[in-house]
Amino acid sequence: MLVVPARPDVAAKADESRLAAWGKSLRGHPLVGPALALLLLIIVFSFASDRFLTATNVSLVLQQTLVLGMLALGQTLIILTAGVDLALGAITVLATILAAKLAVGGVPEELALLLAVTLAITASTLNGWLVAKVRLPPFIVTLGAFTVLTAVSYLLSGSRSQTIPKGFLTLLGQGVSIGGVFVSWGIPTLLAAYALFAHILGNTAWGKHIYAVGDNPDAARVAGVRVERTLIGVYAVAGLLYGVGAWLSLGRIPSADPNAMANIALQSITAVVLGGTSFFGGRGKVLGTLIGALIVGVLRNGLTLAGIDSLFQDIITGILIVATVSLDQYSRRRST
Amino acid sequence: MRLKFNASSLALVAIAMLSTSAFAADDAVKIGLVTRTDSNPFFVKLREDAQAYAKTAGAEIVAITGKTHDDAAGQVAAIEDLTALGVKGILVTPSDAEALNDAIAKARAAGILVIALDGRVSPDSAVDATFATDNLQAGVLQGQWVRAALGDTAPRVALVDGTRGTVSTRERHDGFLKGFGLQEGAPEIIAQQNISNQAEAQTALENFFQKDPTINAVYTVYEPAAVSAHAVTSALGLAGKVAIGSIDGSCDGIKAVADGQVGATVVQFPGKMAELGVQAIVDYAKTGTKPSGFIDSGAVLVTDKPFEGIASQNSAWGLKNCW
Repeated sequence: MLVVPARPDVAAKADESRLAAWGKSLRGHPLVGPALALLLLIIVFSFASDRFLTATNVSLVLQQTLVLGMLALGQTLIILTAGVDLALGAITVLATILAAKLAVGGVPEELALLLAVTLAITASTLNGWLVAKVRLPPFIVTLGAFTVLTAVSYLLSGSRSQTIPKGFLTLLGQGVSIGGVFVSWGIPTLLAAYALFAHILGNTAWGKHIYAVGDNPDAARVAGVRVERTLIGVYAVAGLLYGVGAWLSLGRIPSADPNAMANIALQSITAVVLGGTSFFGGRGKVLGTLIGALIVGVLRNGLTLAGIDSLFQDIITGILIVATVSLDQYSRRRST
Repeated sequence: MRLKFNASSLALVAIAMLSTSAFAADDAVKIGLVTRTDSNPFFVKLREDAQAYAKTAGAEIVAITGKTHDDAAGQVAAIEDLTALGVKGILVTPSDAEALNDAIAKARAAGILVIALDGRVSPDSAVDATFATDNLQAGVLQGQWVRAALGDTAPRVALVDGTRGTVSTRERHDGFLKGFGLQEGAPEIIAQQNISNQAEAQTALENFFQKDPTINAVYTVYEPAAVSAHAVTSALGLAGKVAIGSIDGSCDGIKAVADGQVGATVVQFPGKMAELGVQAIVDYAKTGTKPSGFIDSGAVLVTDKPFEGIASQNSAWGLKNCW
């Protein structure tokens, strides 16, 4: 009888090539990983609680994810340029406080919102200018902006929450009941924003410039991309998204709270990274970020419904972050 | 140019000397005030009242605040600076029960009277005296009211707790359970979560009621969370069917009680703490007598639905005494 000796080296090689192929296919389809992770969580939680997969709860998770989702969209654009935005929560909170203050002071709500959004765009554009023109690292610029704007928020608000009446400023928290399930106007707003930016990044010259700037700014410059202008533009657009985020926030809780969103910068980075966007820029899809934000929201909601301590949400999220980035690094190495 | 420069430097020196001599001539009692953060109106009110009271008592406040709610390192530096400055006494709202002890000991060794306001340090003897809300008692009052509001209904309780790991969070929580008559981990407790702002409170409450819509009693550590509890229960058509209690005494919180959004809240008195603290240091400067022990600055239940056997004030009284 012929005994074929086991050849561990051959087996390992076969394994390795299978992994390589897997890595390559993941690179080709960057949304598959995040989507599978989300699906897995949904399956696990629907077994843990029979209330999880109800239409009401799905609507709830979406509403709880609106502000994070909108801010993470801006964060995605900035991370794609190999930047990072630590100031997005501070900008958004300041915008909510300005809008609420103005509205309560008698300014028409539409104008109050317009001024608040303008403030968000201005603040973020200034960050972009410092990054692009003064060549400061985005981490430092936005850390400084975060520190300054947080203090300004406390000064402007007198450290107090400002409650606002129902009206135009809380519009995105209002909505319609479809078959007994509440759908706020914020939900289509968020989905439309993601659809728009998925289109812009995939199909327009500006979108391609963003990827190019993030991948290799020098090469992009040689290829004729106006790197500085693209960078400033990205921060300005992110500021617009933060302004809309402020509107969403006032819709969800009709109160401008200077203590709000203290952790949202890190949460938004979490959503972006979980969504498969490379933290080193140049690679990623906005729809991945939407999935990443939903993963954060589903974990929070699902663990509460299952009656599990909220600290486990942080533990699982942390592990997911490291696992996702490992996967990103691995697929990057295999495919080069 | 050179001359001009010198002249202006001289002017600066002169101003500096004048102001120094002004200080020297002034025998106002210098009092250091170290608060936790300016991001909470409670501490802002405490500082403003301390400054106002100091003025009438012939004292002067040097106020320093931590960078965040839990900035113990910043408070240590503040106490060291005030010790170097040679103040007569230091009022500190400790952000940590033990982290400040060394700095406080050095200040006391330099003959400075140190009083903890709003929270305790451990051991209590690390400071000369403590003037604070008895947070346990505040929790007890909320617990008693919420239990009474349920009447004969079997309790199904949700707990919205404050920042994890702080003394006041734990004392209020324990007090609520004590006043309500529940043990930690009792089956009547349906859900519990720690939060650090209103958005987190609202998300937690939405998930609680999604988990179990039969919850009929909500404990909240502070009033914005109670306002969110009202918003969440109203959206589910449960308004008025859930007993919501809170603690703090902010004017927005009392308004929520007056509007019927929140059933009851427990008012604490930062202004009283400030007044007691400033007075104690002025007395010490004048007569050398030191206060000692824990002095309760009071906690009063405010509700427009009073129950027999539970002392309370109505919301009109609350609006006059809020911060």
